[in-house]
Amino acid sequence: MSEAVIPSIAHPARLRTRIARELRPIWPFLLIFVGFALIALLAPLVAPYNPNSQNLLARLKPPGTTVRNVLYLLGTDEVGRDLLSRLIYGARVSLMVALLSVLVSTTLGTVLGMIAGFYRGVAEIIIMRLVDIVLSIPAILLAIITIAVLGPGLHNVVVVLGFTRWPRYARVAYGQTLAVMGLTFMRASAFNGAGALRLLGRHVFPNIAGAIIVVATLEFGLMVLFEAGLSFLGLGVQPPMPSWGSILSVGRNYMGTAWWIATFPGLCLFLLVLSINVIGDRMRDRLDPRSTR
Amino acid sequence: MGRFLLRRLIQSAVAILGTITLVFFIQRLAGDPTLLMLPEGATRQDIETLRHQLGFDRPLAIQYLDYLAQLARFDLGQSLVQRVPVLDIIVARLPYTLYLAGSALLVAVGIGLPVGIVMAVRRDTKLERVLMALVLVGQSMPTFWSGILLILLFAVTLGAMPSSGVDGLRSVVLPAIALGALTMATYARVARTAVLEELGRDYVSAAQAKGLLFRSVISRHILRNAATPIITISALEIANLLAGAVIVETVFAWPGLGQLAVQSIAARDFPIVQSIVLLSAFVSIALNLAADILYSVVDPRIRLDGVA
Repeated sequence: MSEAVIPSIAHPARLRTRIARELRPIWPFLLIFVGFALIALLAPLVAPYNPNSQNLLARLKPPGTTVRNVLYLLGTDEVGRDLLSRLIYGARVSLMVALLSVLVSTTLGTVLGMIAGFYRGVAEIIIMRLVDIVLSIPAILLAIITIAVLGPGLHNVVVVLGFTRWPRYARVAYGQTLAVMGLTFMRASAFNGAGALRLLGRHVFPNIAGAIIVVATLEFGLMVLFEAGLSFLGLGVQPPMPSWGSILSVGRNYMGTAWWIATFPGLCLFLLVLSINVIGDRMRDRLDPRSTR
Repeated sequence: MGRFLLRRLIQSAVAILGTITLVFFIQRLAGDPTLLMLPEGATRQDIETLRHQLGFDRPLAIQYLDYLAQLARFDLGQSLVQRVPVLDIIVARLPYTLYLAGSALLVAVGIGLPVGIVMAVRRDTKLERVLMALVLVGQSMPTFWSGILLILLFAVTLGAMPSSGVDGLRSVVLPAIALGALTMATYARVARTAVLEELGRDYVSAAQAKGLLFRSVISRHILRNAATPIITISALEIANLLAGAVIVETVFAWPGLGQLAVQSIAARDFPIVQSIVLLSAFVSIALNLAADILYSVVDPRIRLDGVA
C-alpha cells in the first residue's frame, strides 16, 4: 500500500472534501429530486387544498389570485381547482408510477438476463430473441397498443411500462453475467459445490448490480416522461386523479387564455427529469468504466 | 459477406415474425377484440354477430395462421370506422410523418453533430459547459411541453409561425424542432464521446506533427473514424423519431401516422392501430439491418462474415 492512497481514503476530513468536490456540480439536482420526492411523499400535508375540489367561481384564475380569501398561488384550472395542489398530487402519481414500473422491469429483466447468461443454451436463445423482438417495437407504441387493449389506469400503466422496458435490463444483465461467468472465482465456487441459486445470488448479482442501477436510474427519468406522455394522450392515469401529463393536455386548450395550466406541469416534468438525468449521468461515469467522461 | 447478409436477413425475418406474433397476442389479452371494437352498451346479440363475422369464434391457432396469410398478401384489413382498406389510409398519411421526421432528423444532425464535435475539441472550456447544458435541456424536455412552449412563443405571442396543421414550408419548423430536440441531444453526446476517443489516438498527433491543419485532421481522419457509433445510433434514433411523432403530431395537429394512431385508439379502430405498430417495428428492424451493413462500408476493419 502506498502512502499516497491511505490518507486520501481513510482520513475523514479529506474524505469529506472529496465527497464535497464530487457532489458540487450535482447538488442542486439532488436537491430538486429530493424535493420532489418529499413533496410526493407528504402531498396531503403540503398541498394547500384538496386537489379535486372545484370552485366554479374561481375558474381559470391567474397565479396569485385570491377569491373569497382563498389564495391560488399558481392559479386555477378550467373547473376552478387549485393548480398547485394538483401539481403536488401529480408528483405523487408521477414518481409512484415511475418507481413501480422501474421495479417491475428491473426485476424481470435482471432475472431473465441472468438466466440467459448463466444457463445459456435454449434459455439464452429464447430470452435473447424475445429481447430483440420487444426492443424492435418502439416502446411508446407498444405501450399504447397494450393500454388500448387493457384499458387505461394507474395499474395498467405500471404493468405495461414494466413489461415493455425489461429487455433493456435483460441485455445488460446478460452481458455482465457472461463476463462474470468467465472469472476464476466462479469456477472455484462451483467446484466447492455451490448451487445455481447461490452462484447467481452471491456471486453474479453483486457483480452486475452496479450496471443495473445505472440503467435503472436513466430509465426512471424515461418512465416519468412515458407516464406523462400516456396521460397526455388520455391513456394514462384517469381523471380526476391529477397527473402532470393530463393537466398539460387540458392546458393545451387554454393556451391563449390561461398559459399557466400548461406551463407549470411542464416545468415540473422538465426539472424532475433533468435532475434524474444529471444524477444518472454522474452514476454512469462513476460505475461504468467504459464511459469516457 | 454473403453468409453474413443471409444470417442477418434470417434474424430480421425472425424478429418480424416475432413482432407480428406479439402484436397478435397482445390484442387477445383482454379476451377477444370484438369487445374492443363495439361501442359500450352493445347487446349480446351484436357481439355474437360481429364475433362470427370477423371469425373470432374460430380456434386461436387458425386465427393466427389466417392473420399471417393475410399479412403476407399485404392485406392489413379494413378500417372498422371508415370501411376502407387500412393500407389506403396509411399510405395517405405516411408522407406527412416522413416529412416531419425527416425535418426533425435534419435539425438533430445539423445541430447535434457540430455541437458534439465542438464539445470534444473544446473539452473542459466554458463553451463545452454551455453546450452541455443545452444538450441536457434538450434531453430532458418532454416533447409535448416543448411543443406547447414553442406554440405559445412563436405562434400565440409573436405570431411568426403557424401553430398547427400543414401549410407550406414554415409549418414544419416548430414541430421539427420539438421532435428533433431529444435526438439532437443524443447525437451531440455520441459525437462528443466518439471524437474524444479518436482525439487521444497516436495518428492524430502524427497528423498534427506532419503539419496538417487541425481542421483537416478532424474532417479527414477523426470524423471518418468516429462515424461507426454515429451510424449505430442513427438506426435507433430514426425509429425513435417515428415513435415520437405520436405525441408531436397530436400537439401540432399534424395529419401524419402518429395523429392517426391516437385518433384510431379513441375510435377503437384496431386494425389501424395494429398496422401502425407493425409498420414502425418493421421500419426499425430494417434500419438496424441497414446500419449493420453500412458499418462494413464505413469501417473496413469490421469483417461481416465473422472470420478475422
